[in-house]
Amino acid sequence: MASKNFEKFSSVFLLAGLTSLIIAFLILGLAPATMVNGMAPDEGLPAKIPSDFQKYYSSVDQYRSALKHGRDVYVSEACWHCHSQYVRPVSNESLRYGPVSQPGEYHNVLNLPQLFGTRRVGPDLSRESGKRPNDWQFAHLYNPKSVEPRSVMPSYGYYFEVRKKDGSPLKGEDFNSPEVEIVPKQEAIDLVAYLQWLGNQVSERSNSTFDPSAIVMPPTE
Amino acid sequence: MTNSVKTSENNLVSYGLAQAHLLIAVLYVFIAVLAGLTFSLQFIDLYPFKDIALLSPGRIRMVHTQAVAYAWLANAFFGVLHYMIPKLTNHKIYSEKLGWFVFYAYNFLILATVALILGGHAQGLEWAETPRILDPFIAVVVVLFVFNMVTPIYKARANPYYVSVWYVLAALIWTPIVYLMGNFLPQYVFPGTSGAAISSMYIHDLVGLFVTPIGTAMAYYLLPVILKRPLYSHALSLIGFWGLAFFYPMNSTHHYLYSPIPMWSQYAGIVASVGVHIVVYTVVFNVIATMSQDWKTVMSNIPLRFLFVGIICYLITCIQCAVQVTLSVQKIIHFTDWVVGHSHFVLFGVFSFWSFAWIYYLLPRLLKTPMYSASMMSWHFWLSTGGIFLMQFDLLSAGLVQGNLWADLAPFIDSVIASVPFWWVRTFSGMMIFVGEALFIINVYMTWKQSREQTSVPSGSSVQMAKA
Ligand code: HEC
Repeated sequence: MASKNFEKFSSVFLLAGLTSLIIAFLILGLAPATMVNGMAPDEGLPAKIPSDFQKYYSSVDQYRSALKHGRDVYVSEACWHCHSQYVRPVSNESLRYGPVSQPGEYHNVLNLPQLFGTRRVGPDLSRESGKRPNDWQFAHLYNPKSVEPRSVMPSYGYYFEVRKKDGSPLKGEDFNSPEVEIVPKQEAIDLVAYLQWLGNQVSERSNSTFDPSAIVMPPTE
Repeated sequence: MTNSVKTSENNLVSYGLAQAHLLIAVLYVFIAVLAGLTFSLQFIDLYPFKDIALLSPGRIRMVHTQAVAYAWLANAFFGVLHYMIPKLTNHKIYSEKLGWFVFYAYNFLILATVALILGGHAQGLEWAETPRILDPFIAVVVVLFVFNMVTPIYKARANPYYVSVWYVLAALIWTPIVYLMGNFLPQYVFPGTSGAAISSMYIHDLVGLFVTPIGTAMAYYLLPVILKRPLYSHALSLIGFWGLAFFYPMNSTHHYLYSPIPMWSQYAGIVASVGVHIVVYTVVFNVIATMSQDWKTVMSNIPLRFLFVGIICYLITCIQCAVQVTLSVQKIIHFTDWVVGHSHFVLFGVFSFWSFAWIYYLLPRLLKTPMYSASMMSWHFWLSTGGIFLMQFDLLSAGLVQGNLWADLAPFIDSVIASVPFWWVRTFSGMMIFVGEALFIINVYMTWKQSREQTSVPSGSSVQMAKA
């Protein structure tokens, strides 16, 4: 019967099935990679510390490793499961978020691996840099409802330290007194440094070897 | 199917291994659903573990997805394969010792994954959040499992394979390749868009080349066995299989449509996604045609009922896929809860349902004890079915609302506020599923307990009892 004839060629088919995965991998997986150049270890990293962060970091190297650390925090907290990192050329996204994303923006060590994301519970963050002041970012991370009462974003209080301004230990009830301050720990500072970097590379593509004209872009509306 | 009758069951199949994988899978599905339900509370402002780093919502979300794919489905599949493959090939697995090693090593790695994700060491790749240091070990264990399973298939090569063997064989070959590709290349080699192209292959191939073929193989085995009728058409099922092999791997880029990945790659993904329909309709037609020979049994038998709802969900998701893969629909629904609904329908409505069917069929046979409570089984079925359909309807609607609000340039928070009622319904549907899963685990536990109490009775006349 039909199935018998079919089965005569079974091993051929099996090879073909494996080949189809490999072809798919070559075409869809590897071909896009051939369109961009190789990458230096510090590719796409900023050349200087933004003024807002000069009080936190003393050298560019320190700032650069802070960006990587901030990104690690971003990964470990799964921020990227609630926030995407690319602006599409449709649905008025360029009006809401800023310029449509170009492949070259992602050609840097802070995108290894990329954090495109597939869900937006909160807004896209690929143009976050400079959108909000650092204080807003800290307050928002400590408790999102403090700046956006209807937010469903989790609070990250454990990245902050609540203490008395004179450094003496905190005792239960004086939480609301003006003596008390909430200071970000290193994780929070680095995370905000990373957030304030996102989208920066659009304006300052300092030492990138990327040639954007090599890429075919999706049609814009 | 025919050659399985004669050999003495005890020597052919390692009951212990199949049982161990299935029992632990039941525990994991409970944990996975619990984690998902807990995460959903964040969206309606009832999250119980605020500001506790170890139980932060984002981390719980990753535990949820990891537990679904690697703890629950993989263990259920491994358990079923330990039974199905020896039965279909009439050969034993390569080594039972190796099988036990894989069982312990794999489940140790699962626990380590959960611990490290909660401790803040997740990997930043979707569906591959398993911490980086564990990836190589998982790859090794998976290869060992594959070796164990491919051996009997290879030994049986003289006769034509039943379609399930084809599916399993292909999945066993694809899975290690896909795993290595998805976990290492985007992490260490390819940044940005090129990494995203590969990562999207992983997202898709995990479902398409691991979960789908093994799930389909399971359905194609269980259906004729319980119905005691042959599959409607073996040739048709093979066409479906080769369709899967050729179209599925190309689908991947449809996860990042309108992203900065080159557009031709996205077009290829869309075209191949439409090609997948060949696969879907052959499977659905074949299953329904086989069932239609005996609806009465299908409707009265719990495993078959799970199979039936599963195949309906499969049809719906796949029609949905053809719609949502088009660029014009993507504009609105991408990034929304629509996609979340879609993935729940696939992994719960289809493949978890087929795994439930198998567990209800197989466990009584392995434990030589009938299921403890038939009404609990029935409740599990209705709660799961009601829960998943409610969730699907709810999340699809939520997705349309969110997507349109975004396109209309309403302030972002408006889309959050508008979603809250949908998120309440989602949590409610999750509760239904959770209660179903709780009944499931209780039922399985009681069955297991009874089987232990019975061990004094000489086992021999046990076949009768196993009628599920
Ligand atoms: C449960 C989903 C969720 C998670 C997880 C999440 N967020 Fe959010 N995020 C939101 C929502 C919803 C908003 C919009 C409301 C608001 O501003 O709080 C938001 C808003 C933001 C904004 C403001 C964007 C703007 O300019 O309007 C930033 C920045 C942000 N999130 C960063 C983060 C970071 C960093 C993390 C990880 C530590 C994170 N988010 C984790 C849901 C989430």
